[in-house]
Amino acid sequence: MSKRDTMRTPLARVRHLGSARTGTEHFWRQRVTSVAAIPLSIAGIVIVMSLLGRNHAAAVQILGSPLVAIVMLLFIVTSAYHMWLGMQVIIEDYVHDEQWKLTALMANTFFSFTVGLASFYAILKLSFGV
Amino acid sequence: MVEFTLPKNSKVTAGKTWPRHPDAKREREFRVYRWNPEDGKNPRLDTYYVDLDHCGSMILDALIWIKSKIDPTLTFRRSCREGVCGSCSMNIDGVNTLACTRTMDEIKHDVVRIYPLPHQPVVKDLVPDLTNFYAQYASIEPWLKTETPTPQTEWRQSEDDRRKLDGLYECILCACCTTSCPSYWWNGERYLGPAALLQAQRWLVDSRDEATGERLDFLEDPFRLYRCHTILNCTKACPKGLNPAKAIAEIKKKMVERQV
Repeated sequence: MSKRDTMRTPLARVRHLGSARTGTEHFWRQRVTSVAAIPLSIAGIVIVMSLLGRNHAAAVQILGSPLVAIVMLLFIVTSAYHMWLGMQVIIEDYVHDEQWKLTALMANTFFSFTVGLASFYAILKLSFGV
Repeated sequence: MVEFTLPKNSKVTAGKTWPRHPDAKREREFRVYRWNPEDGKNPRLDTYYVDLDHCGSMILDALIWIKSKIDPTLTFRRSCREGVCGSCSMNIDGVNTLACTRTMDEIKHDVVRIYPLPHQPVVKDLVPDLTNFYAQYASIEPWLKTETPTPQTEWRQSEDDRRKLDGLYECILCACCTTSCPSYWWNGERYLGPAALLQAQRWLVDSRDEATGERLDFLEDPFRLYRCHTILNCTKACPKGLNPAKAIAEIKKKMVERQV
């Protein structure tokens, strides 16, 4: 309990700024991406295993298949989005200094989008054989 | 940032070993957390030897025996001595539970270690300051809320609907669950904790209550409700055998149900 709040009543401290009127959507999206990640992770691992030891041309050929490319793109989008949501919860759990928390939440967003988009771009590039 | 170590003035030091009873034949060693807000010293762990032939079988019996025979300054809360009032909740052998319903035989280690409930400010010895915990309970407005004019007789409820309160109404607010929850340790000011949420579910599920939506609105928050990460320490700790984690999951289900 912060010292500056000691003159407030315990109930006022608990009620604080009131309900954020959000949270369920975040919770639900975490669950949806988790469920989606089950088949997509398996498919993603199988595809990556099939690429192991092959050269660039073979990779381009395998990822040239629309089905394979779309599965990989879905895998990347789902994983990056899930990572973004999950890391946000971890930061909120453990980082309590407001400035650090906002910085970490922003960094998490930038990192997740960068990694997600870079992977997305790489798969598209290989898939189109450019 | 979360603190992983105790502040300097909270570090537990070695305490006093109180003399054994000269005539005792069967003894059990107790190490009990002691802290006095008035002496300016760090907390300490005092050692007591309890004469098992002249003491009841419960941990609370041992504490009362220590207080009356060895050290009257030992401070702890107790009242009903039968698991109904929830006063004597403390951390016994690493587990949050009621001293009055835990037997000494259940403690497998030779030495019985007793601390106050974790991660709460300490008032003295084994007495935690539960102000925040009680305020969180008050915040969920634990009473029947209705707008329909009160009937001449009583608010009627079917047997099936009454049965939905089983496993919820028995909560004695001992705080064993809430203070065992790591999520509550890190965010106890904003997360309501398992006990308050179990109580919230008790009123959400009450067929006579007319404020379900309003109650859900209050809980619709990333911290108040959604800090529960189903760690399940609460369910493991509950000395009444209740399942706060399930109650919280039911609340989350209702939240999704009204959106999806």
